[in-house]
Amino acid sequence: MEIGISHYLILSGILFSIGFVGVLRRKNLLMLFFATEIMLNAVNIAFASIGNYYGDLSGQMFAFFIIAVAASEVAVGLGLLIILYKKYGSLDLDVISTMKG
Amino acid sequence: MENLVYIALFAPFVGSLFAGLFFARSPKTHLVGVVNSSLIGIAFIAAVTLALHVAEHGAVHVTMMSWISAGDLSIPFGFLVDEVSVTMMLVVTLVSTIVHIYSTGYMNHDKAYNRFFAYLSAFVFSMMILVMSDNFAGLFIGWEGVGVCSWLLIGFWYHKEDKTFEENPSISPSWAANEAFIMNRVADLGMLVGIFLIYWNVGSLQYDVVFNALPHLADGLLVSIAIALFIGAMGKSAQFPLHTWLTDAMEGPTPVSALIHAATMVTAGVFLVIRANPLYSLEAVHGVSMFIASLGAFVAFYAASMALSARDIKRIVALSTLSQLGYMFAAAGLGAYWIALFHLAAHAFFKALLFLGAGNVMHAMDDELDIFKMGGMKKVMMGSYVYMGIASFALAGLPIMAGFYSKDAIIETAFNDGSFIIWAILVITAGMTAFYSFRQVFFTFHGEERYKALGFHPHDMYKYVLVAMAPLAILAISFGWFMDNFHEFITKNLPDYEMSHETHHLAPYLGGLVIVLALTGIFIAWKKYAGKGANAWKRDEEFEQSFIYKLVANQYYVPRFYDEFIVQPYTMASKKFWEIDKAVVDGFVDLIGKMSYKSGDVSRGMQTGSLSAYLNWMGVGALLLIVAAAITALIG
Repeated sequence: MEIGISHYLILSGILFSIGFVGVLRRKNLLMLFFATEIMLNAVNIAFASIGNYYGDLSGQMFAFFIIAVAASEVAVGLGLLIILYKKYGSLDLDVISTMKG
Repeated sequence: MENLVYIALFAPFVGSLFAGLFFARSPKTHLVGVVNSSLIGIAFIAAVTLALHVAEHGAVHVTMMSWISAGDLSIPFGFLVDEVSVTMMLVVTLVSTIVHIYSTGYMNHDKAYNRFFAYLSAFVFSMMILVMSDNFAGLFIGWEGVGVCSWLLIGFWYHKEDKTFEENPSISPSWAANEAFIMNRVADLGMLVGIFLIYWNVGSLQYDVVFNALPHLADGLLVSIAIALFIGAMGKSAQFPLHTWLTDAMEGPTPVSALIHAATMVTAGVFLVIRANPLYSLEAVHGVSMFIASLGAFVAFYAASMALSARDIKRIVALSTLSQLGYMFAAAGLGAYWIALFHLAAHAFFKALLFLGAGNVMHAMDDELDIFKMGGMKKVMMGSYVYMGIASFALAGLPIMAGFYSKDAIIETAFNDGSFIIWAILVITAGMTAFYSFRQVFFTFHGEERYKALGFHPHDMYKYVLVAMAPLAILAISFGWFMDNFHEFITKNLPDYEMSHETHHLAPYLGGLVIVLALTGIFIAWKKYAGKGANAWKRDEEFEQSFIYKLVANQYYVPRFYDEFIVQPYTMASKKFWEIDKAVVDGFVDLIGKMSYKSGDVSRGMQTGSLSAYLNWMGVGALLLIVAAAITALIG
């Protein structure tokens, strides 16, 4: 069986859905981060495979950009998480519910 | 000459602004009365100079600036001072000057003295625009301007309470003001239609252009224009069936009644017909002209009959104004435009005098209007007695007085034209006029001194006011002597009306008949009302219960009819529509407000403060967007 574009896209879709459900269901901030990372990488796979399929390098270039941005975002986000943890002693969203209007 | 035109036009305006802008809120300032009176006086002098100029060199036509200029439509602010308008200007400014001076005395004790002068001068300005404009648009602006000023001045004592119809037929000043304004609006609609028809078919509103184009228009169109314009004239000149506002307008201060509701504004309708004489003398609109004449004769009689039984001193004069306006329309409808204009001027002088005299009486009697409560006042009010006597003689049309020449000419015109029914009505009305005007004079100044029992202490007006009224008295006597000069002057512009030779030799007999009737009327009034002691007038209760008396005293129930069949149904319909408006329009607007309120209330629940809940909502939103995008992609 030849592995074609559709397989990549299905993989990407499955990964994105896993990430999406993670964002909706998880309560731990760290886990939320992981879930968003999964979603980003699902998109990366889709970009890279579609770029390859069309013989166009822009898709893969975009994937690189996303990886770079995600890395810096994780660096900042983890820093913030550490501060939050120091402040509340937990990363559970139900504990950090300070945004009630 | 151009500057004189502007001075005559804008001096009253300056006066109005002076009083209105600088003194509106300050207490009574004599300066306002003096300045405004002298500004109107200046306008009068300018008008006299212009009249002399026009008599020698012909009309002055100036265009101040372009006013409306859009596409093909071009209406300049132009003013035409020809024989007709200069006559009107003279009448308006002269009567206004005297009324202004009179008002400084009459309104002396009024709190709103300054406001009064602001309005009065504004009225003069509007009236000048009306008569001087060289196009129908300017005429209409003046027409509306005098309407507004009339509204302001009738309702001058707006704080007076509404009374029942039985107590006071004009209910209250503000009610009367609204009635006058609304009734005029109804008529103005007709006039606007006429002006639109003219513009539509001629493409211009300039008098000269329009009148030159008239012969090329279709007959039906000419008739429509003539009717539409005359409806406007009927409103402003209070012709039947739009007449009820004029008697109610007497709620305003008396100088206002003298100036606006006797001498000037109400004659604007006659002026319009005279101004549009090229239209009304066309063969095609002969029917309309005959209608104007017939309506005029009818109103002359109708108003005079109501005046026979009226008890309110101002209403009597107002009804006689109405009656005299009928005479003017009769003359204008029969094609004797210059005679109509002559009567207009003569009437302005003696009627203003009569009104101002009535104002003196009212002033003396603490605003009491009922002539049944007066009597024998000639001892205390000699000056006013003489003036009112002169004015009544002129009104009754006795020889050498102004009214004799002008009214006689109208009656002779009717006879000459072969309209014997109109002639007969006018002759009988002349007798009635003499009766009711002297009934009023005798009631007020002769007979038993009924006021004494009622505790009044009448005193005559200030001396200077009486002196200021003298020009009117002089003109009321002598204006008729200049009939030939006036004829020569005015027929340069207006079509001449010559009496035919077959009937002209009958003129002395016809005039004699009118004089006899007038003298009879005066004699009856003298017999009935001027007696003292045993001959003194007594109320005839039985007669007052008779049907005819009641019919006439209630103004033929016309105001009642209007109230019952127009005002009340309209009020009811308005209330219904208001309810519908509340339910539908307001309901709809409220619904929009309520919806956003409600949706806010509901969606407030999302604001839980929990970040994961927000994320869930965000996810739902994202999903919805994706679904929406997918659907549009599928459809597109």
